[in-house]
Amino acid sequence: MRRACSVAWVAMLLAGAVSAGAAVTIKGSDTMVILGQRWAEVYMRTHPGAVVQVTGGGSGTGIAALINGSADVAQSSRAISEKEKAELLDRRAVPAIEIPTAMDGIAIYVHKDNPVQRLTLHQLRMIYQGDITNWRQVGGADLEIALYSRENNSGTFAFFKERVLAKGEFSPECQMLQGTASIVNVVAKDRQAIGYGGIGYTKGVRTVALATDSSSEYYAATQDNVAAMKYPLSRNLYWYTAGSPAGPTRDLIDWVLGPEGQSIVTKVGYYRLPDSGHVGDRPDGDTTRSIR
Amino acid sequence: MTPPQMKAPGSHLAGSAPRRAFPLRVADRRRDQIAHRLIGLAAFGTIASIILIFVFVGKEALPVLTSPEVHKEVTVGQMLEKVEPRPGKPKTFIWQPVSDVPKYALPPLVLGSLKATLVAILFATPLAVGAAMYSSEFAPRRAREFIKPVIEMLAGIPSVVLGFFALMVMADWLKVLFGWKYRLNATTAGVALGVAIIPVIYTVAEEALRAVPRQYREAALALGAGPWAAARRVVLPAAAPGILAAIALGFGRAIGETMIVLMASGNAALWTLSLSDSIRTMSATIAAELAEVVHDSAHYHVLFFIGALLFVVTFLVNLAGEVYVGRLKRRLSGIAG
Repeated sequence: MRRACSVAWVAMLLAGAVSAGAAVTIKGSDTMVILGQRWAEVYMRTHPGAVVQVTGGGSGTGIAALINGSADVAQSSRAISEKEKAELLDRRAVPAIEIPTAMDGIAIYVHKDNPVQRLTLHQLRMIYQGDITNWRQVGGADLEIALYSRENNSGTFAFFKERVLAKGEFSPECQMLQGTASIVNVVAKDRQAIGYGGIGYTKGVRTVALATDSSSEYYAATQDNVAAMKYPLSRNLYWYTAGSPAGPTRDLIDWVLGPEGQSIVTKVGYYRLPDSGHVGDRPDGDTTRSIR
Repeated sequence: MTPPQMKAPGSHLAGSAPRRAFPLRVADRRRDQIAHRLIGLAAFGTIASIILIFVFVGKEALPVLTSPEVHKEVTVGQMLEKVEPRPGKPKTFIWQPVSDVPKYALPPLVLGSLKATLVAILFATPLAVGAAMYSSEFAPRRAREFIKPVIEMLAGIPSVVLGFFALMVMADWLKVLFGWKYRLNATTAGVALGVAIIPVIYTVAEEALRAVPRQYREAALALGAGPWAAARRVVLPAAAPGILAAIALGFGRAIGETMIVLMASGNAALWTLSLSDSIRTMSATIAAELAEVVHDSAHYHVLFFIGALLFVVTFLVNLAGEVYVGRLKRRLSGIAG
């Protein structure tokens, strides 16, 4: 009994010591959680004494944690909303600082045997709103279209809704799945299916080339097209801080935006920032920009 | 240290001290008292935590009824109203909380929960009651000692595992079997849910069947009935209230179950009666959206409102089931005695 007590004491002391060594807590996007963890791993290895904790939960969860003060950095695969900005200002009297850290593209997945090779954003929108219901209407086989989407708590969902649906609504028929892996899994098995998710996750499915409208060029979901922002569904992956980052958080951010951090982005399967490697070039040396 | 005293017969019962045959040593008695207090505390602590959860959920749900802040976005009336999904489209109930104009229609979620639960009950009841009849009436003792723990072990399968199985494997089988458009739907989720509630129904039904006094069977057999006729015509009707209670408990478990429906139901909130359409249940909605929601927003309170609904429904159904089982046991033992 007594021994158990002393073990508990030691554990508590240790926990105290760890939390005293200013840890940077990062929370948010499930799309970015692997990226964040790789960054944290390498950063802690190369910076002895630094402690970085990364958890997922979804972009909104991360931003909520930032607002509550339970995270130093929110990872988000979508831009922060006006509502959330106002809330942060309201609760903590600091603006949200937006830091693009990497780039990603949303790929449109179809079954391998689906003959449809390309779509315009307009067609995609009609499909997801339930106006186009048969693959034949976009040059495919005579099959009904089965719609798959991410759950409404994901940054990918918000991004798709904004870019493809122009803030309109998904067809009520559209099925909501948890995580990109489930969508890829379903689409790989179903000739009627269409789904969307990260470009990195295309095992077993085919992606469709996209054009902004019927008069513009089609671009495949490839690394080069995303990095050049030519692919219509390219996006930034953000970090958000509450007010200007300082101390260990600031050091970490500088490192992430630097060549070492950006090389990890590519290794994890996302795309480095177009202007990466130029940190500190801006007049004030500030790598972040404030948005209000 | 003195050698431990012989315990008086019956002293292990939680009786009061004077009833013991001879007094315990003071140290023993004190230890006894401390133990009593501790386990008493555990019991009341458990009850208190249930009440606290109830109060907490209720408190977070209440603004849906009272707060003008929430009513700017949604009222209870609007939660029961049909709207046009887009101008010109037929009106229907829509659940789209993440939207420029959030829509919070509850009927599809309630219907979704009921559809999945109905399928689960329809799937699980015959299997569970059949198994219960076999193991209580027909199985040799050895077989029973094998069947009972194995079925009850089903209850130990984490629901996330069942959900995963339904999502990856069962959905394919059922889609091929029925030729559905969507492989994830009310039936897929319901069948997986059924697997989860089989042990609940089985355990209670088995108990109910075994509680039927032996004299019933003997009387039936003496009158010339075969074992099957005796079981079906005499034992089963006698245990019927208990079996009903078993189904009620299974219902309570199924309607609150979250992980399976979250993974295997497709999560599209449709207002249709078809069992091959996707559903979005109340529990899965809370699980999918609560982590993301802005604290104190209308959406947040609506989710707690759904939680409170779910809590009340499961509580009432479970209560009814428990009361029924208790009453049945008393009645049967009364008759037997």
